[in-house]
Amino acid sequence: MSEEQDIKKIMHVMRRAPHGSIYTYEGLEMILIMAAYEQDLSVVFIGDGVYALKKGQETSGIGIKGFSRTFMALDGYDVEKLYVDRISLEERGLTEDDLVVDVEVMDSLEIGRLMTEQDVVIHH
Amino acid sequence: MLHTINKSPFDNSTFETCIRFLQPGNPVLFIEDGVYAVQAGNRFAPILETVMKNNPVYALRPDLDARGVTVITEGVATVDYEGFVGLVEEHQVNSWL
Repeated sequence: MSEEQDIKKIMHVMRRAPHGSIYTYEGLEMILIMAAYEQDLSVVFIGDGVYALKKGQETSGIGIKGFSRTFMALDGYDVEKLYVDRISLEERGLTEDDLVVDVEVMDSLEIGRLMTEQDVVIHH
Repeated sequence: MLHTINKSPFDNSTFETCIRFLQPGNPVLFIEDGVYAVQAGNRFAPILETVMKNNPVYALRPDLDARGVTVITEGVATVDYEGFVGLVEEHQVNSWL
């Protein structure tokens, strides 16, 4: 098998707020592992998932390290396709300026179209 | 792409979120507590009817039976486990956990 055939299109869908459960952190860890295998990764932030990217998270008071900065490092792992659902952002009173990384804000249907192009879609 | 929903729409926004991303023709399958979405006359029935204009909608029969959901919104098709497998064979799966 050629190298190209080994590369899968994998989309990670972040759907939960970052500190109420382990899902987002675990999802991020999975993304980093997959990035090491040079897969064609994209990450989508939908619903409370957008809170994972909120600027100004200061987690020392709740006794955890926090990982919003790790999303900033994704670029270094060649994970550059970060998409945010426009409605999810707007209904939370947020704009792109409130986020820690550069993302592409997209309409739901456009994100839905990208989903259909994937080999695998994983929700976190 | 087959979208599966396994959470009650009364407890969780997964159903309402998922339908924003549906491409025309994509089937939706309700399983586990997701099947409460298809109970006839509930507050999601009108939304479901709109969805069904462009997308086939299924609910897993054993999960309906287990929950006593016997009267379902018109147009929703029921499948057994074999039908579930058939849908999965036919489509890429997007499991909205």
